[in-house]
Amino acid sequence: MKLSRRKFFQYMGAGAGGLVAMASLPRMAFAAWNQTAFTADALAQAITAVYPGLPVEDSSAVKLKAPAIAENGAVVPVSVSSTLANVKSISLYVEKNPSPLAALFDLGERNLADISVRLRMGETSNLIALVEADGKLFRAQQEVKVTIGGCGG
Amino acid sequence: MKIKASAKGDVTKVKMLIGHIMETGRRKDADGKLIPGHYITEVTVMHKDTTVFHAQLGPAVSKDPYLAFAFKGGAAGEKITVTWIDNQGATETSESEIR
Repeated sequence: MKLSRRKFFQYMGAGAGGLVAMASLPRMAFAAWNQTAFTADALAQAITAVYPGLPVEDSSAVKLKAPAIAENGAVVPVSVSSTLANVKSISLYVEKNPSPLAALFDLGERNLADISVRLRMGETSNLIALVEADGKLFRAQQEVKVTIGGCGG
Repeated sequence: MKIKASAKGDVTKVKMLIGHIMETGRRKDADGKLIPGHYITEVTVMHKDTTVFHAQLGPAVSKDPYLAFAFKGGAAGEKITVTWIDNQGATETSESEIR
């Protein structure tokens, strides 16, 4: 669709309502940075901000790999993989961090749902991985003991 | 940034290391003043005009982020493009050949 400059501004002039409608469309491409989720200070709040209203169940089809004891909380290697079909996204949470949501991966159709990242953990905490597939959330979690926190000065 | 992509059969594994301070915004300097947050918020990887990976990151990702993932449909000799953007608007794009 081609828009003249004038038409474009007319559409923009339709106001914030239009923007809200755009934002609430089903994710056509990949979502922009989810500020609400990344600044939420409680786990449940963060999860709701990423996946409003999706049911959660524990699943052995989600594999979470992280050290049982992390000597240095500033660099905790974490891997998540899943054998589920139609995986749409994967997210990682450190329950006791000031903002629990650490990373959110939107997977395209060709992504094989096998992701590694290194995270900071302020203290000993549960690490939670959620895999979104077919409109449901599948969860794996593990406690990671931290001897030196990763968020201090 | 360093990118390594290698194809084996239909599966391409990608590893990347991005040099970035990933300042959390919660630390204080010597005078007790809060150091403003400065961290990568999004990383996108494209292969043949499609997005094969998109990450939203928060300040809980370690300094100099390491990310790895795998996708299907890539082959040796083809290119992938990695782009990141941080919360202060800085951005970097880098291209790498699948081996």
